Amino acid sequence: MTASLLSFYIFSTVILLSSLMVITSKNPVHSVLFLILTFFNGAGLFIILHAEFLAMILIIVYVGAVAVLFLFVVMMLDFKISLDKNNILQYLPIGFFVGVVFISELIIVLINTKFDLSNIQILVNPMIKFENLTNTEAIGSILYTDYILYFQLSGVILLVAMIGSIVLTLRTREGVKRQSIQSQLDRKYKSTITMVDPKSNEGVDI
Amino acid sequence: MNFILDEYLPLAIFIIVALVISCLFILANFLVARRNPDPEKSDAFESGFPQFGDSRMKFDIRFYLVTLLFIIFDLEVTFLFPWAITFGNLGLLGFFSMMFFLGVLTIGFIYEWKKGALEWQ
Repeated sequence: MTASLLSFYIFSTVILLSSLMVITSKNPVHSVLFLILTFFNGAGLFIILHAEFLAMILIIVYVGAVAVLFLFVVMMLDFKISLDKNNILQYLPIGFFVGVVFISELIIVLINTKFDLSNIQILVNPMIKFENLTNTEAIGSILYTDYILYFQLSGVILLVAMIGSIVLTLRTREGVKRQSIQSQLDRKYKSTITMVDPKSNEGVDI
Repeated sequence: MNFILDEYLPLAIFIIVALVISCLFILANFLVARRNPDPEKSDAFESGFPQFGDSRMKFDIRFYLVTLLFIIFDLEVTFLFPWAITFGNLGLLGFFSMMFFLGVLTIGFIYEWKKGALEWQ
């Protein structure tokens, strides 16, 4: 148990420090790299909680895709690297407000949750029904049948995200000449070549 | 609670050894290598000229679109992993629920194909 406690303290300390670096570092690219470090240590916390599938998905999706997306956004915004100290004071009230809202939401949830101590086995070991299954098997055995509505809803949400991203960012450029293999293959010589027999001293009508 | 960290002990040793070795190399460079910093050394060389502006420039929003579409299909594949593992026990409902899920996403795929979002103009 001490090993898990020790690794919990290491992971959460690194999470806190690196997320502090995300908001304080001057270079936005460094912020994104610290965010990746935060994601990695979050995956470590998931492993301590025996949720290995979530840990691996966190690394694949967040580190592999979302962090790259953030890097693109940082490159696209094209703002100057040095931020003034005044900016921090300018954004402090908004950040403080959002933080207060989040903390009060957490407190409300904690107050309203009734910790039923008779069910403490479930809280400590929520996989008790799936004792000899791996994490991924336990998710798979209920996600597609018991929670079919949420599963299909997530599919629809992904569809909406796909269509929305195309509608928002796709621009077709005018005047770009592109190769159309179909029309190239459909070409017959009869439609492109005509034989003319020009008379002397007269032009050719094309 | 039998703890899972025993299984991760080789991985932890691997990470610690990698960390120690990489830190050791940086530290050795810092201590052993000769250092004579001089502003002239980072200047433009011979007929090079000083840079005009920021080396980072704006680039096309199409990279962003490609990444967004990649994330969506990444998530779709994520849903396939647990399904593939438990496929034998799921029965018809599990099979058809995944087929419907894939069908919904195939509609989106056909949409973006026809829209030309996958083409690099």
